[in-house]
Amino acid sequence: MNGPLLELNQVTKVFRIGGMLSRKRIKAIDNVSLSITSEKPIILSVVGESGCGKSTLAKMILRIHTPEMGTIRLNGRDYADRKGFDSMQFRKAVQPIFQNPYESFSPRKTVDTYLYNTALRLKIAPNREAARQLIDDTLRDVGMSLAVVQGKYPTQFSGGELQRVSIARALLTKPKLIIADEPVAAIDASMKMNIVNLFRELKEKYHVSFLYITHDLSTAYYVSDLIATLYRGSLIEYGPAKDIMDKPAHPYTELLMNAVPRVGDKWAVDVAMPDMEEKEYALTCCKFAPRCPYATEECRQSCPDVVSLPGERKVLCYHPLVKPEGATT
Amino acid sequence: MLELTNLSASYQTIHGPVHVVNDVNFVVQDNEIFGIAGESGCGKTTLLKTMYDMLEYPLVIDKGNVRLSGTKDGESFAYDSGHIRKAWWKHISYIPQAAQSVLNPIMKLKYQFLDSIPEDERKNETQEQTLQRVAGYLEELSLSPDVLEAYPFQLSGGMRQRAIIALATFMTPNLILADEPTTALDVVVQRGILMMLMRLQRKNRNTLVIVSHDMGVHYQMTDRIGIMYSGSFAEMGRTEEIFKNPVHPYTRMLIDALPKVGDRSQKVGIPGRPPALSNPPPGCRFAARCPHATDRCRSEVPAFAEVRPGHFAACHLLEKEAKS
Repeated sequence: MNGPLLELNQVTKVFRIGGMLSRKRIKAIDNVSLSITSEKPIILSVVGESGCGKSTLAKMILRIHTPEMGTIRLNGRDYADRKGFDSMQFRKAVQPIFQNPYESFSPRKTVDTYLYNTALRLKIAPNREAARQLIDDTLRDVGMSLAVVQGKYPTQFSGGELQRVSIARALLTKPKLIIADEPVAAIDASMKMNIVNLFRELKEKYHVSFLYITHDLSTAYYVSDLIATLYRGSLIEYGPAKDIMDKPAHPYTELLMNAVPRVGDKWAVDVAMPDMEEKEYALTCCKFAPRCPYATEECRQSCPDVVSLPGERKVLCYHPLVKPEGATT
Repeated sequence: MLELTNLSASYQTIHGPVHVVNDVNFVVQDNEIFGIAGESGCGKTTLLKTMYDMLEYPLVIDKGNVRLSGTKDGESFAYDSGHIRKAWWKHISYIPQAAQSVLNPIMKLKYQFLDSIPEDERKNETQEQTLQRVAGYLEELSLSPDVLEAYPFQLSGGMRQRAIIALATFMTPNLILADEPTTALDVVVQRGILMMLMRLQRKNRNTLVIVSHDMGVHYQMTDRIGIMYSGSFAEMGRTEEIFKNPVHPYTRMLIDALPKVGDRSQKVGIPGRPPALSNPPPGCRFAARCPHATDRCRSEVPAFAEVRPGHFAACHLLEKEAKS
């Protein structure tokens, strides 16, 4: 196969806010282009604080929201092409994992119902017996087994265990891409690493790419190959995880990195807190300018363009912290 | 100062009592930030509830006592458990877990503030005067006084959380209990809120007890830290000491499980899960997940003993080390 697995081309999503007659609009996703290669499985992290459009992006890729502008293509097929787009194929290829596993499973159904339903309705297994075998194998790959899961309700599991089941459910269809929306945010720190390690293992074993959406840069860096930073709907930095962590180019990525509570050095300076989201989305200049320690007049007047940096990195900033290609100093 | 002596608490269920806090002894000194760490379901929140005297059936204190004492405005006070309720807001306040959702959604914040400030604290002020004081205080915390006119749903999670902290600290209580004050918030807001709590503590020189499962938060915030496991403390000591020389295997695993920015080496989480509190195993409760467990660990409960001055731990392996 050639061409990218998933391609987002200048995608924009607009939401109307306020009352029914309100004319207020916010661009929840503003002109975002991203692609995930089909050559090898990768983990792409989308990082940013709450209200930056991460989940909207995920929902568009999952076809829950439709973009107002731009195209999304999966294996070259346009989402908007109603006739040529095979939903069944799509559901097999792209699978979600959500933030809170207790909310993604109904408390009144046993967890294995979901597994059987996925396997049978998407016609991955021809009958219940084959489904049982498939489910057991998949559960074993995530460190559980059907014997443990069978007949139990979501409340009988711990958060980490239940999240493993939802990963297994997503894997049943042998997907090409898993959209993991904050999969570890609701899980204890001690269990987090087990889940994140699982992503690394599964990437190789199932040849599945992950779009890992998170606000936690420490796990993003630990697990991912590429990192994309979102801020108020704009993609402001993109590049290989290692390069970004070694030297972030956008001041916002730097801010995110410094905000992770870590062991080693203590916090000294205070951090710039976000203002009301609505106000920041409405800005026509660089949206980060009011919080940016390096902001100049230029930043408060107009919107910067994408700057290419060495090593296939891109940044949306007038004054990137890493010097752009061809710069003299 | 807050003193807990031989405190045990349990939830009464139809299958018999579930002992969630087991014989806990410790003292939180004045002007100190004390951290309580541990996984979900280890009894952190229940311990905090007994400290705040927020005891509602089925939670009951089986034995032991909590004593809150100190001085405020030149007057000394002391309350024992069962009476701590009288000290609420003035001497002790509580920032609950998911504080964003404790606000009444159909009441403007200003009325919620007015409701919470006791009559004698208002000193014959009119409502406007009190609200002005509140607005002034919010500004001190770099929170726009506009939030008083807003309904909770108009504010983001971080803003609501900051408003709750403002409410809890408005009367400069001697002791503030914060239960996971930043879970469900993103890292930038988390840092802003934690730094706000630290600033307040430094300014008012009061005591802060903070519960979190994130060891990184404890490293940044606390002076002393206690690691809870399955209803009692596994280790307790000065924060730097704990991070430098953790002695309990559980503490070591908790610290090792922490991902770091700038470190991509393989990290492992803690295998297994904590034992069910309704039917705990005999002996050391961590034994099933401990790589160093011996037969003795599985049968005999280790004592919570002083390893070094001010550094306590409950582990059989340490006694062996001390002897040899």
